[in-house]
Parts: sequence; structure tokens; C-alpha cells
Amino acid sequence: MVAFTIQRLLQSVLVMLTVALIAFALFNYVGDPISNIVGQDTTLADRDHLRAELGLNDSFIAQFARFVSHAAQGNFGLSYQQARPVSQIILEKMPATLELSFTAALLALIVGVPMGIYAGLHRHSWVSQTMLTVSLIGVSLPTFLIGILLILIFAVVLGWLPSFGRGAVVHIGWWTTGLLTAEGLRAIILPAITLALFQMTLIMRLVRAEMIEVLRTDYIKFARARGLTSRAINFGHALKNTLVPVITITGLQLGSIIAFAVITETVFQWPGMGLMFIQAVSFADIPVMATYLVLVGFFFVVINLVVDLLYYVVDPRLRIEREASANV
Amino acid sequence: MTPKNTEPLLRVENLRVEVPSRRGALTAVDDVSFDIAPGEVLGVVGESGAGKSLTGAAIIGLLEPPLRIAGGSITLSGRRIDTLPYEAMRRVRGKEIGVIFQDPLTSLNPLHTVGHQLVETVRTHLDMGSVEARGRALSLLGEVGIAAAEERIDHYPHQFSGGMRQRVVIALAIAASPRLIIADEPTTALDVSVQAQIIALLKRLGRDHGTAIMLVTHDMGVIAETAHRVAVMYAGRIVEIGSVRKIIDRPSHPYTAGLMASIPRTSGPRGRLQQIDGTMPRLNAIPEGCPFNPRCPKRLSRCRHDRPDLIPSGDADVACWLYLPVSEPTHA
Ligand SMILES: Nc1ncnc2c1ncn2[C@@H]1O[C@H](COP(=O)(O)OP(=O)(O)OP(=O)(O)O)[C@@H](O)[C@H]1O
Ligand code: SF4
Ligand SMILES: [Mg+2]
Repeated sequence: MVAFTIQRLLQSVLVMLTVALIAFALFNYVGDPISNIVGQDTTLADRDHLRAELGLNDSFIAQFARFVSHAAQGNFGLSYQQARPVSQIILEKMPATLELSFTAALLALIVGVPMGIYAGLHRHSWVSQTMLTVSLIGVSLPTFLIGILLILIFAVVLGWLPSFGRGAVVHIGWWTTGLLTAEGLRAIILPAITLALFQMTLIMRLVRAEMIEVLRTDYIKFARARGLTSRAINFGHALKNTLVPVITITGLQLGSIIAFAVITETVFQWPGMGLMFIQAVSFADIPVMATYLVLVGFFFVVINLVVDLLYYVVDPRLRIEREASANV
Repeated sequence: MTPKNTEPLLRVENLRVEVPSRRGALTAVDDVSFDIAPGEVLGVVGESGAGKSLTGAAIIGLLEPPLRIAGGSITLSGRRIDTLPYEAMRRVRGKEIGVIFQDPLTSLNPLHTVGHQLVETVRTHLDMGSVEARGRALSLLGEVGIAAAEERIDHYPHQFSGGMRQRVVIALAIAASPRLIIADEPTTALDVSVQAQIIALLKRLGRDHGTAIMLVTHDMGVIAETAHRVAVMYAGRIVEIGSVRKIIDRPSHPYTAGLMASIPRTSGPRGRLQQIDGTMPRLNAIPEGCPFNPRCPKRLSRCRHDRPDLIPSGDADVACWLYLPVSEPTHA
């Protein structure tokens, strides 16, 4: 277990360094960092002076090392647009995005997994067939269209739910949450559904396919022949065997949920990192863009790591072979 | 062989299994009848596709839809079981009828320890707490010859060899002391070197506990060593059934005779079924009359039109026009 974790951690560090390199390249080679900072009328001498002061004349390696070490300490420089530390801006925006993403992921799981189990167990029932057909729509409609449709129906026509913003938030330390106020809860419903819909249908279809596959296996037939109850067979044996792929996909999807929140946040004017990123792009606010990139990369890596470890907890074949080879 | 004074443990009468197809229902098991007495080992042989596995699946009520029992009855200890509702039949499976499948590598759930699977089976059928059930699981593992059961019980299936896994499967099959075990080719997937051990184990368990066994196999050697009686199946029907010595030494039905001819006598009774000229017909092409007639070296003219029933002939039951109880002209 320890060897496995260390190996995965090293891999994660490698991936993060690569992402950092891309972000760093964006920082330094898209446009001229000096002209991004100083005004039009700065003299060449002043520019050279600033360049030396900022260490931009150092070797590539030295600059990159400095970038990484600053980033590791949470220092990503100043936003061009707001002239404030990027880390500060990110910290303000992150709670909104994470809350939205986790709510959406939870929604996708809570609805998707039971629907998938049902559709897998009763695959010829009309309910399953209907779910499957409807889920096709969920997979094929683009996110922004779903968002706009939901706004049209529930905000404009019915007037039940707000169409933009996060509602009232409560501060808990540096974190802000909308999940503790009625207004905030109402505000998160539409964007969370919009963001969750695609993943929900994906998870449902995946669980269904895996269930059907597993129910065909010999060990399920043998479990039936042993007279186990349907509940033991379906949940103790079949569902457990579908978990490995489901965990993998769901985990990876959580990463994309955070990344794809950009679209949903734009549609719903949700004050998170996605909206911040879109605004940064339109202002060519490179430090903010680079930081967002590093952060999303970081989330992906952490999620992957957790998925790998879970995988390892669920599947004894992996666990025991690893232990055996680690002991050699 | 079966003493007439003992009531049969299992009685299958006129069992018929059908598969719906585009051109009407196909009959995969056709009018099959046989008994198994307590403690008796009934060997079931026949070429691939003869309907051996489907007969077993029908008995335990696990035919996969769209396959279905279309006729006949199955009685276990005097109780009709083919008409039981699902939940009642579930209690029969594992408790009264144990099952062993062909492939031990895939019969066990890879994500649970063998102990978990044993305890779960024991507790499904017997009123035991988890400590008591674990004790029983340990003694079951010991009984099927797994050394260091204390340690092995917490291992996962992939940590066992094929032969050892089949022992675990057998332990699972006998977990609730069933009176009948249906073993469908229990050694086919195993190394030749462990096949004999597994068969010896089955034989010993059957003897020690008085468990009856329906043993489906392609291995005539195993039949000769293990079975008391043998049923020979062809195209969904039993064509001959009788004592093992009779079937092996003096087969009546031309198909049985063909099967037995493939056993190399000089090197003992071990041998595999050998192809008789031609192949068994597919379900949608079973010929009129005697299903074996296109391949039969002793075919009579009526064989092409009239289907022979399984009727007593001397010390066996045979379905062949050559063995008529009343004399009729036999050549045409
Ligand atoms: N699910 C199914 N649907 C349709 N036909 C089936 C199905 N299962 C089996 N059959 C057919 O029923 C017949 C009998 O099959 P069965 O599995 O009982 O044969 P078997 O005697 O056990 O053969 P083997 O020695 O190969 O195991 C075969 O012709 C087979 O093709
Ligand atoms: S009934 Fe006729 S065809 Fe069939 S086995 Fe007997 S002799 Fe051969
Ligand atoms: Mg078979």
C-alpha cells in the first residue's frame, strides 16, 4: 500500500510539473510580461531595469524553478486586470465553483447509480426503456442549451427559481457557502442540474451496462445456484463488481465537472472560477488564466490519486498482487 | 440397480424444455424421465448439445429465459419442485440441491474472500450466527481437503489454484448438507493431474453423507469409476439408462455402443467420448423418427418415421426399435 501510494504520488508530482510548465510558458511567452505590467510611456531603460528586477533575464530553468516554488507557496503574482494577488481572487471564487461541482457530482451519483441499477436489473421493463431513451437526450444536448432551457422554464415562465447568481452566502472563515441560506439553495438548483445532467446520464448508462455484464457472469449464476437471496446477489455480488469502473469514471468525471463548470457558470452568471476564467480571457489577464490552468490540473491529479487508491481498496486482486510484489 | 423398495430422492418425469424461435418452439429436452435414489451417483453422458446441462438447470429451476419448462414434472423427496414460486425454489437451491459448475476459475466472486462466500451460503440456509457459521466454513474447507483452513479462509479466490478453487466450489455446494448434488462437468476445466483428486473427493463426500450425485461428464473413465447408473442422452432425449456395468460392458442402443467403442479397453476404462460418424443434429433439424437414424449403422425402415420410446429391455431402458418388447418384423 505504501509503495503504491508513493509511486502514485511521484506520478502526480510529475504531472503537476508538466502543467506548471505549460502555465509558465503561457505566462512568459504569450505577449511581453513587461508591457503587460507597465504603461505605454515607460522608457526602454526602465523596462530593462524592471526586466532585470523581475529576474526575466535569468535562465529558463531558474525562472521556471522560481515559478514553481512561488506557486507551491500559493503565490501566483498579480492580476493585470485587478492589480490584486491572483491567489486572493482565486480563494474568493473557489468556494462557489467547488460547491456547484460537488453538488452536481453528488446529484449525478445519487440519481444516476440507482437508475442504472434499476435499468440493469429490469432491462426489459418500459421504465428502463424510457430512462434509456430520455438519457440519450441528456447525453446529446449541449450543456448551455440545457441551462438556457431550464432558465426559460423554471425562471422565466414559471418564475420558481432564480436564473443567475449565487443568492445570499454565509462566510465561514475564508470560505463562503450558499448552501446554508434558502436563497442560496434555490439559486444552486438550476446550475447544479445543468452541470449534473450529462454526468448523470453517463453514470446511469455505465452502471446499467456493467450490471448487465456482471449478471451474466458465472459467479452470479453460481450465487443463484447456491440459493442466495436476490438482494444478496444484486447488491452484495453484482453491484460490488460494477463499482470499480463506476468509481473510475465518476472520479474522472468530477474533474471534468469542475473544468466544464466554465460553461454553466457563464450561463448562470455563477460567481466562480469558471466565470472568472472567461473574464480573464477577455482581458488577457494571463496570471489569472495560468493559475486557473494549474489549479484545474491540480484538481484532476488529486481526484485521480483518490480514484486509484479507492480502486485499490475495492479490488483485492490489485491489492494482494501489489503487496506480494512489494514484499519480494 | 436402484432398489425398488426405496423411494427415489429425485424423480424427473416427461421433462420437456423448450426454446422459442422464429419458427415455433424448439425442443431442447424432450420427454426425459429418470430417478435418482438417495446416495446414488447417476452419470449423464452424451455429445455436446445433447441437453445434459439444460436438464440440470431445469431441475434447479435456473433455466435462463427464454428457455422454459414446457411439460413434465420434477419431484424431490416426494415434493413437486418445478412448480414452486421463485422464493420457495431459492430455498431449495443450496439447501436441498447443491450445484457444481464446470469452471472453478469463474464460479467464485473475485471480490469476496472464500470465507465470506462460505459464511454467506451457510447463513442463507442454516440458522447460524456469524461465529458459528465461520466455524462451519472452516470445517467445510477441511472436509474438502484444503490445508491450513484457518489461514486460507480469508484468502481471495485468485490466491487459489484451479484445483483448490474447485474444492472451494464443492465446499460451497455442500455448505448446507444438500441431499443431492448436480455436478456439471466438474473436472473438464481442470488439469488432468487434479481431475482424479476432485472426482475422488466427490465420491467420498457422496459416500460419507449419503448424498446423491447427478454427474454430467464427457469422461467415460470417470463414469466407470464413480457412477452407479448411467443415462445416455442424444438430441434432448435419454436413449438408454441402466447400471454402469451394463451400459459400459453390454450397451444396447447403437449410439451407446458407438460411445463405448471409443474407450480403450487395454489401458483401463479411462477415455473420452469419440466422435461417431456424423454430428448430432441441431435443435431445428432433429430428424423425424428416431433422432439417431441418419447416423445409425443398424437403422430399420420404420426408424425414419416412428420415434421409439424409452422402454424396459432386459436390465436397462432403451429407446430403439431393435429392442421391442413384442416381436415385430425387424427387417424391411
Ligand atoms: N440459452 C439458450 N438458448 C437457446 N438454445 C440453447 C440455450 N442454451 C442451450 N441451448 C441449446 O440447447 C441444447 C442443449 O444444450 P445443453 O447445454 O444442455 O447441452 P449439453 O449436453 O450440456 O452440452 P455440453 O456437453 O456442450 O455441455 C443445445 O443444442 C444448445 O444449443
Ligand atoms: S431406433 Fe433405429 S435408428 Fe434409432 S437407434 Fe434404433 S435402430 Fe438405430
Ligand atoms: Mg453442458
